[in-house]
Amino acid sequence: MDAWETAFLAEIDRVGRETGPRVLDSVFFGGGTPSLMPVRLVDRILTRVRETWHLSNNCEITLEANPTSIEADKFRGFRDAGVNRVSIGIQALNDPDLKKLGRLHSVSEAMTALETACNTFNRVSFDLIYARQDQSLPEWQAELNRALDLEPDHLSLYQLTIEDGTAFGDRFAKGGLRGLPSEDLSADMYFATQEICDHKGLPAYEVSNHARPGQESRHNLIYWNYGDYAGIGPGAHGRLTLDGEKYATETHLAPNSWLSSVSANRSGESVRDKISEQDQYVERLLMGLRLHGGILIQHLSSISFSPNASSINELRENGLISVDETRLKATPEGRPLLNAILRKLLED
Amino acid sequence: MTELSKIRNFSIVAHIDHGKSTLADRLIQETNTVADRDMKEQMLDSMDIERERGITIKANTVRIDYTAEDGEDYVLNLIDTPGHVDFAYEVSRSMRAVEGSLLVVDSSQGVEAQTLANVYHAMEADHEIVPILNKIDLPASDCERVAEQIEDVIGIEATGAIQVSAKTGQGIRETLEAIVNELPAPKGDADAPLKAMLVDSWYDAYLGVIVLIRIIDGKLKKGERIRMMSTNAVYPVDRIGVFRPQMESIDELGPGELGFLTASIKQVRDTRVGDTITHEKKGTTEVLDGFKPAQPVVFCGLFPVDTAEFEDLRDSIEKLALNDASFSYEMETSAALGFGFRCGFLGLLHLEVIRDRIEREYDIDLITTAPSVIYHVHMRDGTMIELHNPADMPDLTLVDHLEEPRIKATILVPDEYLGDVLKLCQDRRGIQENLTYAGSRAMVVYDLPLNEVVFDFYDRLKSVTKGYASFDYVMTEYRQDNLVKMSVLVNDEPVDALSTMVHRDRAEMRGRAMVEKLKDLIPRHMFKIPIQAAIGGKVIARETLSAMRKDVTAKCYGGDASRKRKLLDKQKKGKKKMRQFGRVDIPQEAFINALKMDD
Repeated sequence: MDAWETAFLAEIDRVGRETGPRVLDSVFFGGGTPSLMPVRLVDRILTRVRETWHLSNNCEITLEANPTSIEADKFRGFRDAGVNRVSIGIQALNDPDLKKLGRLHSVSEAMTALETACNTFNRVSFDLIYARQDQSLPEWQAELNRALDLEPDHLSLYQLTIEDGTAFGDRFAKGGLRGLPSEDLSADMYFATQEICDHKGLPAYEVSNHARPGQESRHNLIYWNYGDYAGIGPGAHGRLTLDGEKYATETHLAPNSWLSSVSANRSGESVRDKISEQDQYVERLLMGLRLHGGILIQHLSSISFSPNASSINELRENGLISVDETRLKATPEGRPLLNAILRKLLED
Repeated sequence: MTELSKIRNFSIVAHIDHGKSTLADRLIQETNTVADRDMKEQMLDSMDIERERGITIKANTVRIDYTAEDGEDYVLNLIDTPGHVDFAYEVSRSMRAVEGSLLVVDSSQGVEAQTLANVYHAMEADHEIVPILNKIDLPASDCERVAEQIEDVIGIEATGAIQVSAKTGQGIRETLEAIVNELPAPKGDADAPLKAMLVDSWYDAYLGVIVLIRIIDGKLKKGERIRMMSTNAVYPVDRIGVFRPQMESIDELGPGELGFLTASIKQVRDTRVGDTITHEKKGTTEVLDGFKPAQPVVFCGLFPVDTAEFEDLRDSIEKLALNDASFSYEMETSAALGFGFRCGFLGLLHLEVIRDRIEREYDIDLITTAPSVIYHVHMRDGTMIELHNPADMPDLTLVDHLEEPRIKATILVPDEYLGDVLKLCQDRRGIQENLTYAGSRAMVVYDLPLNEVVFDFYDRLKSVTKGYASFDYVMTEYRQDNLVKMSVLVNDEPVDALSTMVHRDRAEMRGRAMVEKLKDLIPRHMFKIPIQAAIGGKVIARETLSAMRKDVTAKCYGGDASRKRKLLDKQKKGKKKMRQFGRVDIPQEAFINALKMDD
């Protein structure tokens, strides 16, 4: 047994002891390139997971994959190990843009991988990035229509956005990014995306995620509904309720530090913070408002913080949020302004 | 006490960047006044802001011991004066304390407007002037041409001007010799009753007020009691000394000498620059001609971004005013900005320096409102009101007419930029008075309204001439003109802090420029915002800031919750740099930047 396998299994055991017996609704192999993992490791991990927790009847087990032939060759093995859904990072449907985005695959390779995936798994999702440098609205509309012609059940459509505190944000601040669409063009692209996907029967259920009804990612819904999730492996984040307190956990990001921490300290964890009621409230808002279904008011009121009433009124008057007896939601107009809505809701 | 014949007192006259401070550094170094290990660039500029901006704000002095080639030991007292037009008053009064000047001209640039302005101050003070051509190490240096220009424009003999490179040290010895041989020794009578000139004063946290003095007649010793002749206030002298350039106590100052005293004086305001100091008993009866105190000409409001910091702001302003009698302040209340201060400054640089010091030394974020000059509002009932703040403009039905201050501006500019300069002056309601040439440089004299100059004229001048023009001005008179108050409405609410006085004929143009600027300066909100400029009830310019359309994080999964929450926290703190007007957040820099014109 190699060191990595030993470490993963030890971490599953550690987290299992902490959480006690629970029912798992999903497992997600993601972040980085999990499709590069040996099939055997995926198999060992899933076996240990089944020994540790009880899996629900229709437990969703997703693996993120790069669309290269090497990885597609392993799809059958992953399926036999228990994976029942793949999410493929196609990113763009034209080769020059793939190169610009730093991807190693070509469009034709991606199409082959997608076909293999569809022949292997019942559930397949892929993702695209839009509002790319020098991309026009008609170009994106055409590309999106081509993607929908592949008849996916689930699509993740990410706008290239520049955010503070990210590598892109730093490059942007240094003037290293040109040809990015204006705010108005970005908004036009976003609304065109909604319209096209609605028309093709893949409405958005979250800011960037579209699915045929019933095909939503159950795993990601746990994040957005602020449920519990354990993070296992290098750089994995978790949210766990233990003894009535909610904790944020993180493991060592660099694989080698994670590995040595697991063997030396019997734990790969680097952060374990108790999340204050106020921060739980903020996290629930920032995650939950991404969903078209919004947030159940009962979840918000179980926390001893309440949103700023005048902010809520102002946002309602501007047609950006809606509130009824059961739910707080961003409206279709409000969803692309979610960051601004959050800032407003969190005003003192 | 030094023998009169062995004293030389002098100042250095130069345009900004012509190397005055570097030359002073070299004189200090050459004479070993400061040990090499303690030497730092621009020894005499003690404030961070002075070093950073490369300007001198306060006059500084240094006493240099020099053994000349004639074998005699001399005491040289240098007063380093500010170069900027805002601080011209410092220059003229410092000149009165010394007998000679070194006129430093950059031999690669030539005579500039501030060279002229300052050399005239020196001439008025009857100085002997020694011309120095600096920066001869530069390839563009042309000593012959510049010497000729000095003779043409200033009218002093410059053929034998000393050629110096303050950078390499060349010519420094010759400069020291010229100070000894060409500048006159001071006159004075050691046995006469004490008569000393109060040259300057400032506040020191440890020693209280420090008074810079020049002894004219008599002697002053530590422990003696002195009388300020303008106020008749009497103080016991705690300490006397000289600057090297740090303070060094000595026992006695005699005629012709420059030095300092401390005497338990609490506030700079208790000292009058130009006052005559004498002994309490058996003092002189002759009073020196005083100086006119510097009057603030530019006014603006300073408000804390965070209203909770008002008391801190009051504290910082009071402390700065302790040291700067030319800076005035009074409390102001603005409907938009809450409590703050209406402050008076000598000019825009002075304003920026004070504002920077408050933000930096006291860590208070400030909103600075539109700078304004003092208007004379003549009422129908025959009375006259001095208007410092456009927000206080009385009801128009009660007003007969308005007058505004005018200036005479002198601009020196290379021929190729003359057209742009004339256009700039014309656009700012200038009336050309004179246009002459000195070589390939034009000297234009314009009669301009101060309010058109106070704000960004100097910046614009620098930009249209790529930095080659120089500029200086003097106030002339108040003159009647068609002036109106222009107010600005953001989301239909008037923002008093953005009100300005403008000439009626230029109101539409200014209003348009301002609302366009504001449209760029105010970030998009979740609703659209009308921005209007108005005179009375009449809207003269309008823009609409569109509502924000897209601001959402594309990817936000389990690993992003913590980062995203921390980012929201950070943004919440960043928002404190904005001020809320009704439902609109206006960034602090918008108040000043809205007024800048790119014409």
